[in-house]
Amino acid sequence: MKNAEKELAEIKSMMERSTRFLSLSGLSGVLAGIYALIGATIAYFWIYFPNPPYGFRTTFIDDSVVFPKLIVLALIILSLSIGSAYLLSQKKSKRIATKLWNPAGKRFLQALFVPVLVGGIFCLALVLRGYLIVVAPSTLIFYGLALVNASQFTLGDIKYLGYGQLILGIISAFFPGYGLITWALGFGVLHVIYGSMMYYKYDR
Amino acid sequence: MKGNYDKAFENVIRLRIMSILMVNEQFDFNSFKELLEVTDGNLASHLKNLENSEYIMVEKSFQGRKPLTNYSATDTGKEAFKLHLEFLENLIKENKP
Repeated sequence: MKNAEKELAEIKSMMERSTRFLSLSGLSGVLAGIYALIGATIAYFWIYFPNPPYGFRTTFIDDSVVFPKLIVLALIILSLSIGSAYLLSQKKSKRIATKLWNPAGKRFLQALFVPVLVGGIFCLALVLRGYLIVVAPSTLIFYGLALVNASQFTLGDIKYLGYGQLILGIISAFFPGYGLITWALGFGVLHVIYGSMMYYKYDR
Repeated sequence: MKGNYDKAFENVIRLRIMSILMVNEQFDFNSFKELLEVTDGNLASHLKNLENSEYIMVEKSFQGRKPLTNYSATDTGKEAFKLHLEFLENLIKENKP
């Protein structure tokens, strides 16, 4: 009974460890960011080169060849990011001696992927209907909402990454023509910054 | 003094089990084992103990071919845990100079 404070700390730690997915590695954020930046650079050469990478209706994509190429590129980046996140999480879960697919991990993935999948399908509909101008802001906004939603099931810091994506998404929605730049900032730069901060804070 | 020190939670494994079930609707045997780092027999006896005081409920099912044993907290268990928490908090408050 002398140890009331210790007991409370014990309770708190168990509640956290049983509900939060702690195997997410900071490095996977950095890698996802690097893939996205490489992808954005390739996209720049396809869409804008040799003009600067912005501008509304000075250069825009109505090219039936470039657009499918961009979608394939985006899917490759997505698969690479998810693939490295999976491998690195597996590695980290071994290091911190926990199973990857514990109840907390399942809830984290569900909270993340429900908005991401709905957003992905919605963006596909936007593409098919020709509303290309709102595709970049929509991906950022759905991704940001997914991160904020999932943040309660992992280390809470990830919600700041979510807020960052949301702000960029809103900016991008009001300033058409800057889609590629906001996209590169959100999926590229923010991921690298967030990933390295998480790496230094938790993984070393 | 408000709250009630519950003997059922005197043991740290049982305290941990109940803490987990307060924030998880259900939790299965293997996940308990992994998180608490205890042996099968030890865990089973503590779970049985809590089950006997009707603090937790057991639900057995199958996931494919593997048996899956899920546990959840009963209302009695949640109430008892809250009183136990209250007791601890008051104890700390009263001992503060």
